[in-house]
Amino acid sequence: MKYILQFEIIIAISLIGELLNRLIPLPIPASIYGMVILFTALCTGLIKLSAVKETGKFLIYIMPMMFIPATVGLLESWSIMQNFLIAIIVISLVSTVIVMALTGRITQFIINVKNKEKKS
Amino acid sequence: MKEILGNSLFFGVGISVGTYLLGTYIKKKCNFFLCNPLLLAITMTIATLLLTGIDYQQYNNGAKYLSYLLTPATVALAIPLYEQVKLLKKNMTAILIGIASGVLTSFISIFAMALLFKLNHTEYVTLLPKSITTAIGIGLSEELNGYVAITVSAIMITGLFGNIAGAGICRLFGIKHPVAKGIAIGTATHVMGTAKAMEIGEVEGAMSSLSVAVAGCMTVAAAIIFEGLI
Repeated sequence: MKYILQFEIIIAISLIGELLNRLIPLPIPASIYGMVILFTALCTGLIKLSAVKETGKFLIYIMPMMFIPATVGLLESWSIMQNFLIAIIVISLVSTVIVMALTGRITQFIINVKNKEKKS
Repeated sequence: MKEILGNSLFFGVGISVGTYLLGTYIKKKCNFFLCNPLLLAITMTIATLLLTGIDYQQYNNGAKYLSYLLTPATVALAIPLYEQVKLLKKNMTAILIGIASGVLTSFISIFAMALLFKLNHTEYVTLLPKSITTAIGIGLSEELNGYVAITVSAIMITGLFGNIAGAGICRLFGIKHPVAKGIAIGTATHVMGTAKAMEIGEVEGAMSSLSVAVAGCMTVAAAIIFEGLI
């Protein structure tokens, strides 16, 4: 009973997200609207954590598997990518390293500065 | 045999979950970074399709039900985020500036390398959404008139790389604070990186989820400026 209700709440929020995605002409997917809705509902107490927790955590736990079908789909686009395959791979990998390093260092730097300010 | 498997609705999910299970088992036995369950599962699934001659469409007829769960799972990312809401409020400035600088860095680095590779306008805008989650990336690529299938591929390559190397990159660049780690992984490698951040720790996972949403929206807004550069 508990898990069915949890699953239904998450699916219902996904449904609302999907409706918003169709109604609002922005390229924001149903999942992001849904995430914002669930977060707001939890913060305001409209939905209790216990009403979504276990099923939600289970979905997050099995999430990596959900990327398999789409990534296997690289098989299909292999032929159209050939023209600039090397550029795609190099740009994707190099830019990922730069973005991750810089984002992390900047975030960490500001956190540390703020912590020092508080101490002094 | 090929006919039966190819037409079966359960083959796609069965092979995906089965190879993932095998992947986690191999990961347990050998801790080499390329022994990443997701990478192993994808490689083994592709190998199976190529060996049996079952084409992607047939595989995806069943496997799409696995992708179907991605929306509810992303919605559920709000749960760990809510559990870390105090940490979020406390570090709000650092988080927002961090994500914004990540989005900007992504655009600048793609722009610079696009010049280097002499990409044309369409190829350039195709790669712009590569760090954000697939669903937003597809929408943005359509909007910019890019090659949507290639955008999806670049997003997948980026995400898979984040899933494999995210923890290592953070270590290499001395990113130790769990909040900073999560923001870095989520901003650079979207939901696929977040799946890994969840395994590193609860704080990392929650912050990574937040970055996926925020970086996605910031990317859509900033793309309008960067689109016209090439």
